[in-house]
Amino acid sequence: METLSALFVFWREQAGKLGEQTLQHIGLTAGSLLLGVLLGVPLGLLLSRRPRWAPAVLGLAGVLQTVPSIALLGFLIPLLGIGPKPAIFALFLYSLLPIIRNTLAGIQGVPPAVVEAARGLGLTDAQVLRQVELPLALPVLMAGIRTATVINVGVATLAAYVAAGGLGEFIFGGIALNNPVMILAGALPAAGLALAFDALLGGVQRLSTRRLGQVGTALLVVLPLLGALYLLPRATGKLLAGFSPEFVGRADGLPSLTKTYGLRRLPSVVLAPALVYEAARHADVDVIDGYSTDGRIRAYDLRVLRDDRRVFPPYYAVPVVRPALLLQHPELAPVLARLNGLISDSAMTNLNYRADYLHQDPKAIAEAYLRRRGLWRAPRAAAPGAPVVRLGSKIFAEQYILIEMYAALIRGYTDLAVQTKTGLGGTTICFEALRTGAIDLYPEYTGTGLLVLLQPTPAVVDSLGGQPAAVLGYVRREFRRRYQLEWLAPLGFNNTYALLMRQRQARQLGIASVSDLGHFLRQ
Amino acid sequence: MPDSLPPVIRVSSLSKRFGAHAVVREVSFELAAGHTLVLLGPSGCGKTTLLKMLNRLIEPDAGTVEINDQDVRHQRPEALRRGMGYVIQQVGLLPHYTVAENVAVVPRLLGQAPAAIAERTTALLARLHLPPARYAGQYPHQLSGGQQQRVGLARALAADPPIVLLDEPFGALDPITRASIRREFRELEELRRKTVVLVTHDVTEAFELADQILLLDAGQVQQLGTPRELLFRPANDFVRRFFAAERLALQLRTLTLGDVFPDNTRQASGASFTTSTTVNEALEALTTGDQAAASFTMAQLMAAFGDALQREEDAWKR
Repeated sequence: METLSALFVFWREQAGKLGEQTLQHIGLTAGSLLLGVLLGVPLGLLLSRRPRWAPAVLGLAGVLQTVPSIALLGFLIPLLGIGPKPAIFALFLYSLLPIIRNTLAGIQGVPPAVVEAARGLGLTDAQVLRQVELPLALPVLMAGIRTATVINVGVATLAAYVAAGGLGEFIFGGIALNNPVMILAGALPAAGLALAFDALLGGVQRLSTRRLGQVGTALLVVLPLLGALYLLPRATGKLLAGFSPEFVGRADGLPSLTKTYGLRRLPSVVLAPALVYEAARHADVDVIDGYSTDGRIRAYDLRVLRDDRRVFPPYYAVPVVRPALLLQHPELAPVLARLNGLISDSAMTNLNYRADYLHQDPKAIAEAYLRRRGLWRAPRAAAPGAPVVRLGSKIFAEQYILIEMYAALIRGYTDLAVQTKTGLGGTTICFEALRTGAIDLYPEYTGTGLLVLLQPTPAVVDSLGGQPAAVLGYVRREFRRRYQLEWLAPLGFNNTYALLMRQRQARQLGIASVSDLGHFLRQ
Repeated sequence: MPDSLPPVIRVSSLSKRFGAHAVVREVSFELAAGHTLVLLGPSGCGKTTLLKMLNRLIEPDAGTVEINDQDVRHQRPEALRRGMGYVIQQVGLLPHYTVAENVAVVPRLLGQAPAAIAERTTALLARLHLPPARYAGQYPHQLSGGQQQRVGLARALAADPPIVLLDEPFGALDPITRASIRREFRELEELRRKTVVLVTHDVTEAFELADQILLLDAGQVQQLGTPRELLFRPANDFVRRFFAAERLALQLRTLTLGDVFPDNTRQASGASFTTSTTVNEALEALTTGDQAAASFTMAQLMAAFGDALQREEDAWKR
């Protein structure tokens, strides 16, 4: 009940967006379906005349059908970029198999005697096709179109991953935020659309052959019109933003950003987190969300817009340890402290760039950095039976690099042995590993500790005001109290949400901070 | 019917192979206007292939087909077919057309006026015992097999083509329907004037309908002649064996009162009989109690029939 009322509240608040997404969804489905019919039906007819080609063509269409939709979109992006083109093309490919197959089956299902009699009476081949075969194949053909339609309504939700809009925007935002209301807000209308189309075409299928012919013709007129829904003029502005679903949906993401900075007239598209950087790089969009230490910021020459009004919560990286470790090995504390405040945002961005973009080994990156900062010492020969320090990390490059730095320092400065457990998955897995003593230390971010692990009331979050020191103080206190775990000192960089623009464009427009951006948009 | 008229259909040395299999080999025949030719033979003997080469549904490998002295290869197949009625065993009515629309297919293709087509359709359906008021608007699936075949026949006749091709038209019907439709067919005024080529494997049907029979085996002509010639003057063993099982029935249907009572025309032409009444028909009349009408008894008839068979046999031996 609560979910339901929350759902209606969400729909009411986002009514404009819901309408737009629904129209886009219908447009994507109809447009791709039209292409599918225009190519699939003639192809099916051709196969009915050349049955020997049928296994090859149907096999190929079948293989296309089995390619996971996300993978298919991934293949298409290098070829077609982002936006409606890859989405419609992918949907078109998915609709081909049922349409070709049912056209062929429909024609093959026409009784041979009827065709022979028609030919024997003196109908030309074209007349046989138009007056006999097509009308009789139409019920089966329509069943194929119906199947393709329902498939496409479902798959079109993925269009949201390539900035093509549709109801998937809510769904993926909801998934990213683990927000069931938001998922339902997109999934229910999508399911409703599928059911509506299915019922509509199911009704059409039951018509007499003659009426079916008229409806089929009407369909060829209606489909382009529905497809054109996609092209309805949408809000335009000086800049176009491309945001990941999570950013659009979460309270400390776009909504609070818009409120605080007055980012009006910034039309945006939603796309897969993995694609936002690419989209900015290729100038498909101008403003994106990202993480302030991502390697691609350097690789693609992007600029982080300064969050001068502190909308994004601080995500300072801090090693979290089990206090017992420091009590047993007092020599460790000063060694770990050597990284305190050492790594700046741009330094971490650089290191990530080497890992993510140059594909260097995290261990080599860590060593090279320590050498540069004069911290490198060759590892001491480990004494047999030396106590082992177990370091954990989540599965992304930044954490791997940090862990390797700590490992190198411990080996170089102490007689302790080190075991790294990289790739412990997400936040909760690392946290539980630390709590249960499976690991002794892992790097965590203050914002994550606050919002994901502690989950205080909004009032508490507001009271902290996004002040880095206040947030760190709160999580440190609460972790001691609740879990008997210790947050050490920050490493220096803040891997938080950021708005990014292409360096060149930002320079030309004189935009360095989010305030500048808001100002520019309001001009 | 005078045989001196030029033939409507002339087939010369027609051959067709499917792969390595020779289906039709060097078949030739001529058919005069208004005559009915039955292509007879066991399954797979090539009779259907031969029929389909007449309207170019199958193109021959060698030989020619001339219709009214014109080589069919010089005509557009569609134009050729619109001038020839075509009926097949499975009927092949267009399932999405009503009965009337099915009948009207060819006249519409020929661009005839709708009013004329409607009139013709109504007349044909009436003549084929399908009251138009009831059946014109029905769809094929609402009809029985026999009714469907009647519609098929009406469709073939709708544009009044001078030639009608029939491929086992009664093959799919039950024996009772089959016999009644065949009788209607024989008595149909529409068909009497037409040149008909009919394919069947049913010997009785062939004898009932044919002016000429072309007996085929393995794609080759075994004998071409009147039913009487095939029955009493078989060209080879195959022909003889082909009719062996039904010989007596065929003889009864073939010999007429004129044949069995050659010297006594008065006796032959009883009140309800003529010289062209078959022995079979006379027997049926006698057994159903129409004794009074006949000037002979059943015993007299059978004796005369035996004598007639003997005479035919002797003539053949000489």
